[in-house]
Amino acid sequence: MSARTGVDTALGLDTKRGPLAILAKTILYGALIFIFAGPLIAILIGAFIPVADPTKLTLFPDDLTLDNFRRAIERDVFLYLLNSFIVVGFGLLFQVLVSILAAYALARKKFVGSTLVMLAFLATMMLPEEVLAIPLSLVLADVPVIHAHLIGSLTGMIVPVVAWGFSILVMTEFMKDIPIELEEAARIDGAGELRIFWSVVLPLCRPALGVIGIFGFAMIWDQYMLPLLVATDNEQFTLPLALRTLRTDEEVGVGVLLAASLLALLPSVVAFLAFQRSFLRGLTSGAVKG
Amino acid sequence: MTRTGPRAATTDRTASAAPTTERRPGRSGAGTPPSKLTFRGGRRWEAARRQLVPWLFLAPALIIFALFKFIPLVRMVEMSGNQVRPFLGDIYVGSDNYEQVVSDEVFQEAIWHTIYLAIGTTIGALVLGLVLALVLEGQLMHLWFVRSAVFLPVVAAMAVVAEVWRILYHPSEDGAINSIIGLLGFGPEPFLGSADQSLNSVMVVGIWKGAPYDMMIFLAGLAGVDRALYEAASVDGASVWRRLWHVTFPALRPVFAILLTLAAIRGLRVFTEVFLLTNGGPDGSSEVLMTLIYKLGLERSGELGVASAGSVVLLTATATLTVIVQVLRRRGAAK
Repeated sequence: MSARTGVDTALGLDTKRGPLAILAKTILYGALIFIFAGPLIAILIGAFIPVADPTKLTLFPDDLTLDNFRRAIERDVFLYLLNSFIVVGFGLLFQVLVSILAAYALARKKFVGSTLVMLAFLATMMLPEEVLAIPLSLVLADVPVIHAHLIGSLTGMIVPVVAWGFSILVMTEFMKDIPIELEEAARIDGAGELRIFWSVVLPLCRPALGVIGIFGFAMIWDQYMLPLLVATDNEQFTLPLALRTLRTDEEVGVGVLLAASLLALLPSVVAFLAFQRSFLRGLTSGAVKG
Repeated sequence: MTRTGPRAATTDRTASAAPTTERRPGRSGAGTPPSKLTFRGGRRWEAARRQLVPWLFLAPALIIFALFKFIPLVRMVEMSGNQVRPFLGDIYVGSDNYEQVVSDEVFQEAIWHTIYLAIGTTIGALVLGLVLALVLEGQLMHLWFVRSAVFLPVVAAMAVVAEVWRILYHPSEDGAINSIIGLLGFGPEPFLGSADQSLNSVMVVGIWKGAPYDMMIFLAGLAGVDRALYEAASVDGASVWRRLWHVTFPALRPVFAILLTLAAIRGLRVFTEVFLLTNGGPDGSSEVLMTLIYKLGLERSGELGVASAGSVVLLTATATLTVIVQVLRRRGAAK
C-alpha cells in the first residue's frame, strides 16, 4: 500500500529506503540532534572538563575533572538546589491539591455561579505572570487580611505559584468525563462528598494528574521573575536564579556555571524522560482540543 | 505522578462529610434519589448543602487566586494612574503615565522590539516546527528517539538555555558558534555584543526553544489527518507537494490558529531570555517591554506608576490578541 508515494506520513519519507535515502536521512537526523540536543550535551560534557573560558567548550573532551563541581559546591550550589526542590515540592503539592478540589466542584457540581468562576480561572491564563510579577511582589510584601510579609522567604515563591489556571482547566475537563453512575452508586452506599471525591473520582484521574504534575513541575522549576523579585538575599535563590551569579570563577572559570547548569537541567530532563507519555498527552490534548 | 497518600480530611470539610446515612441493605435502595436520604432537617437542609459544598471545594483556589492574581491586577491598574511614591503616598496623575508610555522614546523602542521579537519568534518557530514535524513524522523507533532529542530544549529551564547560549555566542573566533560558521568561511560575529545583532540573536534562541514545542503539536495534528485522503491523492497521481498543500495543510489549520495565539502571548511577555542574554542589549538595542518594566519597577523612585501603565498596556494587548484569535477561530469553524 505504501509502495507508491507512501500514505502513512504526509511526506512519505518512510518509503524512501534506498541506500542514498538512508544516508541522507541519517545525516539529517544527526544534524537535528546536533542542533537541538547539542547545546545541552555541551553542558553535560562541559561540566566535567576544564573550561577556563567560554572558548574552551567542546564536545570532544581531552581531560576530565570534577573541579567544576567542587567549586560549585563550595559556592553553595547545593543550597540553591535545595531551595529549588523546596519551592517546587511544596508548590506543586499545593498546586495540584487546590486544582483538583476546584476541578471537582466545577466539573461535577451544578451550582449558581459555576460558569463565572470557570471564566475567572480561565481569564487568569490571559494574564502573563511576568506582567503581574511586580504588583504581586508588592502584595506579597503585605498580604491582605493576614498581613503576612512574604518577601525574602521561600514561602513567597511557593504560594503564588499555587494559582494556575492550566491545571484547573485540565482536571476539570477530565473529571467531567467520569460517569455519574459511579458517583450515584457511591452515594447510595452512604459515601459522603469527600469520600466520593477521594476514593471514587480521583483514582480515575491518574492520567490527568500525570499531566498537571509534570507540567506544573516544569512551570515551577522554570520560574524566574517571581523568585527574582521575592528573594532579598542570594541565599534564597533557586538554582536557575543563582546561575547568573556563577558566570565566572577564579578557579575554574566558566566551568562552575556549566556544572551548576547541569544540575539545574537534570531534574527537568529526568522528569521528561520518565513521564514522557504524560507530557505529550498534555501538550496535544490541551492545545489541539482548544 | 504517583498518587498522594490518604490524607486526613481537613477540618473545615468534615462537616460536609459527616451527614451520611445508615447503610441500606444490599442494592435494594439503588433507585432511591439522594434527596430522600435522611439528614438533619430533611430536604431543605439538603438543598442548601448542595449549593454550599461546591464553594467549600472551590474555597482554597478562590482565595489563592484572589490574593495573588486578582488583587495584584487591581493594584497594578490602580498604580498606573498614580505617581507611586512608597512611604510618601501616591499622587493621582490620571493618564500621565500612559502618555509617557506612548510617547517616550525608550518605551517606543521597547514596544517595537517586543513586537519584532514576538513576530519573528512565532513565525520562525512555527515554520521550523512544521518542517520538523513533517520530517520526523512516523512510528518507527528511531524517529521517536530523534524527536525526543529534538524536544529537549523545551524541557530545559529558560535560565539554563540562556546561560549556555551566552557561552555559545561568545564573540571571539573560538566561540562555539563562531567556530562553526568559521568552517563555512564566515567571519566571527559579535552576536550579543552588537547593537545590530543582539535582538536577532535572542530571536534565534527563542526559535530554538519554541520550534520543538510547535513540532509536537503539529505531529498530533498530522496524526489526525485521514489516511484515506492520502490514499485517494496517491491514486490520483498527485505529487507529494500537491498532497501537502491540498490535504495536509488544510487539516492543520486549527493547529496553526492555536499555536499562533499561544506564541503571540508568549512573545509579548518575554523576559527571562532577554534579561539573561543581553539585559536590554548594547544601548537598549534589545530592550523589550518586560525588561524595561522590570528596570523601572526596581527603581523605587516613583517610576512604579509608569511601569504599571506599561504593564496594563501589555496586558490589554495580550488579552485583545487572545480574544481576536478566539473570535476568528469560532468564525472559521462555523464556516
